Amino acid sequence: MPYLELQNLHRSFGSHKALDGIEISLGEGEFLSLLGPSGCGKTTALRLVAGFDRPDEGRIVVDGKDVTRVAPNKRDMGMVFQAYSLFPNMTARQNVAFGLRIRGRKRTDRDTRVVELLDLVGLSHAVDRYPHQLSGGMQQRVALARALAIEPRVLLLDEPLSALDAKVRVQLREEIRRIQLDLGITTLYVTHDQEEALSVSDHVAVMYGGRIEQMGSPAEMYSAPATPFVAEFIGTMNRLEGTVVDGGVEHAGQTLAIEAARDRPRGSRVLVLVRPETVEVGPANGSGAPNTLVGDVVTQTFLGPVTRLKIVGTGVDVIADVPTQKALGLPVGTRVAAALPAEGVRLLDLKGDLPEIAEEPVPAGR
Amino acid sequence: MRTRRFIAPSSLVWLLLGGLYFFIPLLATLLFSLDSNQTGKCCTLHSYGWVLHNGDFWHSLKISLFLALETIAISLAIFVPTVYWVHLKVPKLRPLLAFLALIPFVVPPIVMVVGLLNVYKGAPSWFYDQPWGFLAAAYVILAFPYMFFSLDAGFRSIDVHTLTEASQSLGSSWPRTLFTVILPNIRSAALAGSFLALAIVMGEFTIANLAQFHTFPIFLQYVNETQAYPAAAVTLMSFCITWFAMLSLLFVGRKRGARGAVIAGVR
Repeated sequence: MPYLELQNLHRSFGSHKALDGIEISLGEGEFLSLLGPSGCGKTTALRLVAGFDRPDEGRIVVDGKDVTRVAPNKRDMGMVFQAYSLFPNMTARQNVAFGLRIRGRKRTDRDTRVVELLDLVGLSHAVDRYPHQLSGGMQQRVALARALAIEPRVLLLDEPLSALDAKVRVQLREEIRRIQLDLGITTLYVTHDQEEALSVSDHVAVMYGGRIEQMGSPAEMYSAPATPFVAEFIGTMNRLEGTVVDGGVEHAGQTLAIEAARDRPRGSRVLVLVRPETVEVGPANGSGAPNTLVGDVVTQTFLGPVTRLKIVGTGVDVIADVPTQKALGLPVGTRVAAALPAEGVRLLDLKGDLPEIAEEPVPAGR
Repeated sequence: MRTRRFIAPSSLVWLLLGGLYFFIPLLATLLFSLDSNQTGKCCTLHSYGWVLHNGDFWHSLKISLFLALETIAISLAIFVPTVYWVHLKVPKLRPLLAFLALIPFVVPPIVMVVGLLNVYKGAPSWFYDQPWGFLAAAYVILAFPYMFFSLDAGFRSIDVHTLTEASQSLGSSWPRTLFTVILPNIRSAALAGSFLALAIVMGEFTIANLAQFHTFPIFLQYVNETQAYPAAAVTLMSFCITWFAMLSLLFVGRKRGARGAVIAGVR
């Protein structure tokens, strides 16, 4: 039985449809990430669950109870915000104890619980510090402890790591997942960072234009994107436009043998999706091997263990991730052949134009 | 780490000139207040004794201090929730409020008092004839710009939305959010507004005079016209009262809570 249900949620701001009928169903103790570019409606959805905003239509059900019209302070939702949410006039201890004081817990109970939670987030040494004496990462840990203190029915995280440095971000997201698994708390996590979403979630829902494009496990989302948007948004993807012909897909004047093209009607326009890491790159030897596209290496981007090559030729524009060692032998300007795998390549029907993905702005320091 | 500051000699000169500009009149007033009433020579505390033993001094001071406290209390009670609400829910109204707050600056006190006397004509006598009623109402209007702009700055320095929502998600009601989360974080702003209001009430002459209430500035004016040496003494004493109020503001405002807006480590 689902624990948290968002049923047909609609919310508009003026003429802008922020949420256009989203449906989510989440089991108890599960971790769902809402992933999408800015303006896709993910934060609106979270705010509706928290009770800070009301839907125009639809219901929010937690543990069988309709909470759509319940005030935020009666919902028992633990919320962690992007930043600046700690009460500046209170120490870490007082911040964490705040929700417990409101619930009228005895002082001794409160103290024990606060110490327990600050210990859980690794801040037992900083209980008496004020927010301005804590680093950004520490502040978010305190915010997490504060949200958990009230034993919320659902934990809501609104881009809690987006204002932190890259290293702290990775560290803290792993900790959030560890704590979530430890406590078995149902969690809704909003982020625009696909790596973050894929690495910590049980389920990921990619949102675009107020709708859920696709929801599934991180592996499913990566390996089997259902729409061009998801394909583009999750990971890096080569998107090759082509037409289905006998024996495959025609692209850049070549017929690519692609398994998935068999059951498509001939002449239909499709998008061939190829992950850069599945593209094999070698020096072009003029033999015209099947499934290869020939072009010149125009850029090399060092990514650590792999190097990303951009290969451009006549009608060809492909990126490929090759082991860095191998990339050393393929400097910029080298004529190369990029071999696409015949299997495991996804095809999507191409209807109209592809959506542009808005760049998520880096939150400015306020 | 604190960087060491060097003060250029030229700025020292300006500082000194500025200091003299402020202190010479004070010093002259002090010396004058110490002169004897009979001989006109230095030095006696007679004038101070005269002021301290004057019943009107204490009476008018009491009225003005009470009025100041009343004005501060009413202003805070009205403007803190209003500015909070405007920042939180209807930020579009902020320019309108800022415009309204400028009106007491623009309308001359003489116009205001005539208007107010007319508006309140027919009001019950406990209101119309008492400083606690009529004058307090007028002073709340006078203090409005100072309160508004101080509070507005205070609310801008904190993230009102996030703090309110964080407090609510933890189960806090609206009043509790206001008193335990918002108010402590705009304390300096509320204090600044309060002391400006205090300074206004302690110095306001026109309205009190025209409405015929015996406040401290009226007493000051009366002494000024009748007693040369005690006038200097009472001027200095009123200066000290204001000074004391400023010092307490500095003292209270320096405590924690004033750093609401400064959060380290977050970009």
